[in-house]
Amino acid sequence: MDMILGVPIAVLAGQLLLGVINGAFYALLSLGLAVIFGLLKIINFAHGALYMLGALTTVVMFDAFGVNYWVSLFLAPILVGFVGVLIEYFLLRRIAHEDHIYSLLLTFGVALVIQGVLTNIYGVSGLRYSMPDVFRGGVNLGFMFLPYYRAWVIVIALLVCFGTWFMIEKTKLGSYLRAGTEDSQLMQGFGINVPLLVSLTYGFGVMLAAFAGVLAAPIYSVSPVMGGNLLIVVFAVVVIGGMGSIAGAVITGLLMGVIEGFTKVFYPEGASAVIFLVMVIVLLIRPSGLFGKEA
Amino acid sequence: MTIMKKLLTSAIASTMLVGGVQAEISDKAVKIGYLADMSGTYRDLAGPNGEVALKMAIEDFGGEVNGAKIEVVSADDRNSPDVASSTVRRWVENENVDLVAGLVASSVSIAVTDILEQNDRLGIVSGSAASSITNEHCTPNHIHYVYDTYPLANGTASAVVKEGGKEWFILTADYAFGHALEADVTKVVEENGGKVLQAVRHPFPTSDFSSYILQAQSSGADVVALANAGADTTNAITTAGEFGLTQSGQTLAALLLFLTDVHALGVESAQGIQLTTGWYWDMNDDTREWADRFYERTNVRPTMVHAGIYSSTMQYLNAVKATGSDDAQTVRKQMMETPINDMFATNGKIREDGRMVHDMYLAEVKTPEESENEWDLYKIVRTIPGDEAYRPLSESKCPLVTSK
Repeated sequence: MDMILGVPIAVLAGQLLLGVINGAFYALLSLGLAVIFGLLKIINFAHGALYMLGALTTVVMFDAFGVNYWVSLFLAPILVGFVGVLIEYFLLRRIAHEDHIYSLLLTFGVALVIQGVLTNIYGVSGLRYSMPDVFRGGVNLGFMFLPYYRAWVIVIALLVCFGTWFMIEKTKLGSYLRAGTEDSQLMQGFGINVPLLVSLTYGFGVMLAAFAGVLAAPIYSVSPVMGGNLLIVVFAVVVIGGMGSIAGAVITGLLMGVIEGFTKVFYPEGASAVIFLVMVIVLLIRPSGLFGKEA
Repeated sequence: MTIMKKLLTSAIASTMLVGGVQAEISDKAVKIGYLADMSGTYRDLAGPNGEVALKMAIEDFGGEVNGAKIEVVSADDRNSPDVASSTVRRWVENENVDLVAGLVASSVSIAVTDILEQNDRLGIVSGSAASSITNEHCTPNHIHYVYDTYPLANGTASAVVKEGGKEWFILTADYAFGHALEADVTKVVEENGGKVLQAVRHPFPTSDFSSYILQAQSSGADVVALANAGADTTNAITTAGEFGLTQSGQTLAALLLFLTDVHALGVESAQGIQLTTGWYWDMNDDTREWADRFYERTNVRPTMVHAGIYSSTMQYLNAVKATGSDDAQTVRKQMMETPINDMFATNGKIREDGRMVHDMYLAEVKTPEESENEWDLYKIVRTIPGDEAYRPLSESKCPLVTSK
């Protein structure tokens, strides 16, 4: 078998694919962060908790009401997105004109409260959520066994990412959004309800996090602490991609998934640090990030 | 004759004096600090419910010992040796804490026992796994009560090798506990004629195990062993199921599984997994009676760690009562001299290295057909006698043993 640095190529091909799948999660989450930061200049530290809320809502709705996976895929992001709108309306709006650090601290506090309360109720061992029947099993690609569900994750995640980018960069609604946050007084003069636009934008970013949470529910242990560690990684992804760059967040997310995947083969001990190493290097060479506009 | 008399009386007087100095409870209170992961990965196996178990013991004991009140303080160590060290330093230096109980992550226990030794206070480790805690890291100031990596390896790994799993792939949590477990398992596997093909160390904690499972699949090993704990283990087991690891003929061995982990996985996905445990709630009338009382307060069944916290606190308080002292060395000596017979252990004994040696159990997770309710999870396959389960003193690297 052909080898690269003592690792069979077949194994590397498998890791590449898995890296892209994990990267799709990073992309979805960092996309939400980038939308919220890019348009609203809010550093949303509650993103991990809202991702967890998406997963937990899926499990709880199934246990209590038998709500199936497909319904959850729509319903959970809407419910959690509504929570996001409430957070924006009652809390974030009050500090909208303050420095970024205030929104960071506020959302961090909100995340701790959500996580703490739910830990008290559900514990941390993880809740069970069965794989939907259509996704059971997988296909043998020759170099690896690919579970159907992982294939689904990558397809749907990339579709959602592309749709979001298209909506913000290419549609009229997107142009309102961008303009509204650029010069809100002028837009208000044109008769556009900017505060509503801001609430909905935050809610949309939160929906993306919750959507990633629903996708995660069948494959990861669903517990109130699941978002905490992921959040820091996703922030690093956003920083590497360039704060606020929509396309940058998606491409960097996929790239970091792959880099992390290869690290797990060549130097597993470093897998949790490699993204931060990349972040340090990028910040040194290009402080505005790979895709960020020069400040 | 008079000289003899004088000698004798002065001897008696001096013993009484020494006894008199020791036999007192400092500041008229016995203060127990409960330190555990209260909010993270290891919360459910010990956590707030461990504090409930501790308080049950104090209540059952009567709330005071020889007229001194028993007080409890508790803190969240957040699995950080730094947080744990500063908390325990404050407890022993400013708050007169006599005993530190709980102690879950192995890295935390190793850091804390150092401070206890410097300040001559006592610690009872109930949650940690690393066998190094009573081996190279032993101190005269702590006791390791419930289990450690040596019997985990001895029980589960030797059972799996004997069933024909000769070639091993070990997936290890990259910190003190994982390293200790990996070392103990490697030893057992090799002694039984098996071979470890590869050991991969993953960061703690990890949420996505697909990459490691893929590596395990391509390693060609017969057995994929998980030398990790808590959410890491349940995540790895779920991912192994998703990627069809066992369908392709490999055996999955989880070396450390707690009741709460199996409960989270459910019998559907965990059925048939063999594991080693120090205690199970549904073993006999005594264990069931205590587990029922625990359930009334917590709504969950106790893990071996919860039961160990109750039992060890009881032993500690009995020793304080018997000696009339809360001095660490006096109490530890008394605890070593008293065999442990309660709902947790039969003929348990604490050795000079601090290891509490008691019978361990090889259990198998029931099938959905066998399991009658959500906590009816294990059947005990074999009892491993304590002396066979734990590292013999002849192999010990503990200075308390080797310097003898």
